[in-house]
Amino acid sequence: MTNTRSRPVEARPDPLTWLRQNLFNNWWNSLLTVFSLWLVYALGGGISVWAFTEANWRVIPVNLRLFLVGQYPLTEIWRIWFLVALLALLTGSALAIWAASYRRIAVGFALTPLLLALLPFSLANRLWLASLTLLGLLGWFMARNANLSMRRLVMWGGVLWVPVSVLIMSGLGDENPFLPSVGTNLWGGLLLTMLLTIVGIAISFPLGVLLALGRRSDLPIIRWASVAYIELIRGVPLITLLFMAQLMLPLFLPANVSIDRVLRAQVGIILFSAAYLAENVRGGLQAIPKGQFEASYALGLSGVQTTLLIILPQALRIAIPVLVGQFIGLLKDTSLVAIVGLFDLLGIAKTVLAQPEFLGLQREVYAFISVFYWLLSYGMSYISQRLESALGLGQR
Amino acid sequence: MRDETRQPIITAKNVNKWYGHFHVLKDVNMEVHKGEVIVIFGPSGSGKSSFIRCINRLEEYQSGQIVVDGIELTSDIRNIERIRMETGMVFQQFNLFPHLTVLENVILAPVQVRKWSKDKATELGQQLLQRVGIPEQAEKYPGQLSGGQQQRVAIARALAMQPRIMLFDEPTSALDPEMIKEVLDVMTELARSGMTMLVVTHEMGFAKAVADRMFFFDKGQIVESGTPQDIFTNPQEDRTKLFLSQILTH
Ligand SMILES: Nc1ncnc2c1ncn2[C@@H]1O[C@H](COP(=O)(O)OP(=O)(O)OP(=O)(O)O)[C@@H](O)[C@H]1O
Ligand SMILES: [Mg+2]
Repeated sequence: MTNTRSRPVEARPDPLTWLRQNLFNNWWNSLLTVFSLWLVYALGGGISVWAFTEANWRVIPVNLRLFLVGQYPLTEIWRIWFLVALLALLTGSALAIWAASYRRIAVGFALTPLLLALLPFSLANRLWLASLTLLGLLGWFMARNANLSMRRLVMWGGVLWVPVSVLIMSGLGDENPFLPSVGTNLWGGLLLTMLLTIVGIAISFPLGVLLALGRRSDLPIIRWASVAYIELIRGVPLITLLFMAQLMLPLFLPANVSIDRVLRAQVGIILFSAAYLAENVRGGLQAIPKGQFEASYALGLSGVQTTLLIILPQALRIAIPVLVGQFIGLLKDTSLVAIVGLFDLLGIAKTVLAQPEFLGLQREVYAFISVFYWLLSYGMSYISQRLESALGLGQR
Repeated sequence: MRDETRQPIITAKNVNKWYGHFHVLKDVNMEVHKGEVIVIFGPSGSGKSSFIRCINRLEEYQSGQIVVDGIELTSDIRNIERIRMETGMVFQQFNLFPHLTVLENVILAPVQVRKWSKDKATELGQQLLQRVGIPEQAEKYPGQLSGGQQQRVAIARALAMQPRIMLFDEPTSALDPEMIKEVLDVMTELARSGMTMLVVTHEMGFAKAVADRMFFFDKGQIVESGTPQDIFTNPQEDRTKLFLSQILTH
């Protein structure tokens, strides 16, 4: 028996009907609509009047380099361009391999350098930025129809990009003719914010997974140690940890060993983030039914194989929304390092505002850096939403 | 089909198991020979699942002895892994891995445990999916299949390790009635091919047609055992009679 009637087409309402159905369907909604419109007008109007007539945006172009890379020496900035170029290439390839069907994500990435080029850069820098898009496209075309070894290459490239970047940015020693050392006290602005975020995620994520597994371990010592760590860290605000890392870490070390201040802050961020990640991963682990373990064991897989191949992939998939939420939190939390005296995006904003000629331009400067935080956060959130629907979360 | 001359492939001697203070298996004895099909039945909570899960050590027992294919089950992890390679298990809830495709589910263990090449495992996997009648579903995910298809994948997955013994714990209880037959057909074919099978089930039609011997469990004990002929036409124990009358009148 076949039923070949086609699905009825849903009629599209005309604009007036749509308005009536969605915004004015009863007196309460009508009131809300009118009030919201007024609010948008009042706030939006005020802000645009300020932004277009009163604001003194001169502070931004003059300090643009500070906002982006801090005091990183002008002669060495090519390193950052090089690393960003590498990243563009890798991103293009990775998108072609793993997200080819998500055109909008790819387009978003391709447009990002072009959007950045709208900032008041010099012409040369604008061209550099535009060439990042080209590099991304190059990566895309190189990795289309990639075979297994190409995939591996891109994956390892992505993994190694983080330590290689740190190494290249910090240089190979004062005497080195090619890559002389650049002290981390000169790293700043968006560069430092991104570094703290990316390295923070890259290290705290595996650490958090290990802690979550440790918390469920059969070995009491490992279990107790994990629980103690997690609960201890979660009981302390991040800012306290950052102060402790700055002030107390040196006390535990021999007098002649001094740890870099950026590194200290980074350690604090990692320790903090790992504890929260562990709890989120644990949430995912708990959602896996016992039958999954049993089926895996019954097939003869070992405990480690079961964890790596069966349990973790499912648990992490379930945890993606909270994990991304936490990564976004981490990005914003890095701004706390400004309080312990580092020059991340927020720290740089404060130093810029401390210069006599820019006194009183708080609104302009904070609005500018907020846009950066917002763009980064929203980008992460958008990608995670796409990822969730790609992995079919909630419809296992 | 029964080969009395050789030593049994599964021997359970005076197996006792407790959950806390609850005595769930009481002196269970059973010998299974190669190629035999055993059906285990009995009321809910009588310890059927607990018993067959002891055979591949998904559950521990506290006293007695179980020997599978000459390997004694001890807490030695190597013995446990060896026995798990020899026994396949099919669960009531299928327990397929939802993040892997059907074919990946099937070839996972041969690749990871037996260290076969992916090509070799894939070839076997395709054959097995053919055998259980769903070769065209290989690239789908378990969530896209019907219950009956999922259970057949689960059977193929267990067979991929080329086990000598297959354990089934109520394989059709979670299925809609119209899907029970397709699973029982696969199991019947498997039994005819000479596989040693322990099946916990209340499908008495299957038992009548396929089982060599049946065991009736009640309150953690084997109350009665015998050929389907014995059990259905001439049960000795009152408890068996009562239970059979209850499930057969359904
Ligand atoms: N992990 C456990 N902890 C405590 N008690 C358990 C556990 N697993 C099972 N039991 C109890 O042991 C008894 C036997 O359980 P088992 O699952 O072996 O019964 P069964 O014969 O398979 O029953 P069913 O037909 O319902 O599957 C039941 O009373 C059950 O409540
Ligand atoms: Mg049971």
